[in-house]
Amino acid sequence: MPGAGTAMTADVHRVVDAVWRMESAKLVGALTRVTGDVGLAEELAQDALVAALERWPESGVPAKPGAWLMATAKHRAIDTFRRAERLERKTTELGRELADREQAEPDWTAALDEVVEDDVLRLVFISCHPVLSREARVALTLRLIGGLATEEIARAFLVAEPTVAQRIVRAKRTLTAARVPFELPTGADFTARLSSVLEVVYLIFNEGYSATTGASWTRPALCQEALRLGRIVAELTPAEPEVHGLVALLEIQASRLAARIGPDGEPVLLTDQNRSRWDRVLIGRGLAALRRAEQAGRPLGPYGLQAAIAACHARAASVEETDWLRIAALYEALAEVAPSPVVELNRAVAVSRGYGPAAGLELVDALTDVPALRGYHLLPSVRGDLLVQLGRLDEARAEFERAASLTRNEREQALLLDRAAACGPAGRRLEAEA
Amino acid sequence: MRFMVIVKASEDSENGVLPTEQELAEMGAYNEELVKAGIMLAGEGLHPSSKGARVRFSKDSTPTVVDGPFAETKELVAGFWILEVSSREEVLEWVKKIPFRDGEVEVRQVFTADDFGDALTPELREQEDRQRATVAAQHGE
Repeated sequence: MPGAGTAMTADVHRVVDAVWRMESAKLVGALTRVTGDVGLAEELAQDALVAALERWPESGVPAKPGAWLMATAKHRAIDTFRRAERLERKTTELGRELADREQAEPDWTAALDEVVEDDVLRLVFISCHPVLSREARVALTLRLIGGLATEEIARAFLVAEPTVAQRIVRAKRTLTAARVPFELPTGADFTARLSSVLEVVYLIFNEGYSATTGASWTRPALCQEALRLGRIVAELTPAEPEVHGLVALLEIQASRLAARIGPDGEPVLLTDQNRSRWDRVLIGRGLAALRRAEQAGRPLGPYGLQAAIAACHARAASVEETDWLRIAALYEALAEVAPSPVVELNRAVAVSRGYGPAAGLELVDALTDVPALRGYHLLPSVRGDLLVQLGRLDEARAEFERAASLTRNEREQALLLDRAAACGPAGRRLEAEA
Repeated sequence: MRFMVIVKASEDSENGVLPTEQELAEMGAYNEELVKAGIMLAGEGLHPSSKGARVRFSKDSTPTVVDGPFAETKELVAGFWILEVSSREEVLEWVKKIPFRDGEVEVRQVFTADDFGDALTPELREQEDRQRATVAAQHGE
């Protein structure tokens, strides 16, 4: 039966992929601990993967595929180690040094059998090391922790495969050159390094969340990947409230993925979303993660606060039932720990919902001179919206027109010009002037 | 992809026989592994069907309640996991690791709306980006 073998091989390949996803981080982590070189560790793990792809179609998938991969990688590691040692023996004097090393080797072998809880966490920290560029951190994290192939990462970020491959090669070289140790950071360094990890997870999520395209590796899958990474890191660092804050934020945002896209693929704003399409399982998980962040007994950080805001929306059955007062207060807290004009603008919107358009307008007016917002079309757009609610239609029209001139998006421009037109014809005084 | 892993009932589970200490420890370790892998969304064990009920619907009458227990033990559900993984193969590899010595587990994919990605054309991307900024600015996402 021609074809049957090929089909079976394809099936086995999918199983190998699945096992790889489950086991690769542990595998590479253990190998890095022992070899001290993440690049070499990954090569050894890849060798084991190739061996599985070669052998499993014939031998069948072993009962404990993870253990099989580990044993194979271990043999490769020992071969490599011995080859290097033989080379060294040729070029160096035989002496005490070598005798020491021969004694050390059995320990080294045992070290690979040992399961060390921190291996994966160390690998996370190395992948997100500040010595690497952001792109490199993202690629390396997806590769080493997520177990994604270079090709999958390339498709997810809409870049060419060689680009990603290059990024990963260079990242590994940089880590080796910088002699980044395979250990957990401590003290203040831990906090700084952890925030780099969280940033990487957040970047991956946003890439999936903001850029849902028709690519074959769908963008929601990238969100899923980030969620999985976030959950893994949260379990590895359970005492860190910001990790739970980030996971809460991602779970709740991911709960809206389906509702954010209309039947024709058009984006749907939060206020217009059909809330029955929100994923209740993810909301439940998000709220639980937020509770974990809050239970740490420290004030929430930027991710935790954003999660708390997202939670207000998630708990509300409708826009009207949303606790805008609480959202406004949370934005105020967020503006304190992570000040930004965009956060201020968000706060203004929440204040206008909670305390009325006049209060919101006051905050927006304070932002009109902020340089960072000068070309930002949402500022006049929000201002116009509040002016309409206050019945100041002439001013509102001008704001919508200004917003329309600032956006390059035609659809949005049309919408803003419609809103401007809806404010009625220009006032008499303006007409007289013209 | 989300899967429901359905654990079928056994004589023991229907008779309310509690798992041994060793079984509990093994199951605890397995669940921990699922959580640490970031894939476990939910997982619960169910009381015997004697504490349950069935509600039957028909177009001619109001719903009728039938109290448990129910006879067809092997068709009953004794527990479940909801797992989020990237492929059918992955969920099956995880299921093979469940520390059971006998019995049967059924794996079913859960309907989710995560397949809508194909409905989008690349041109929508920029628009989507902008809309996202709007959402972010106006609604505190």
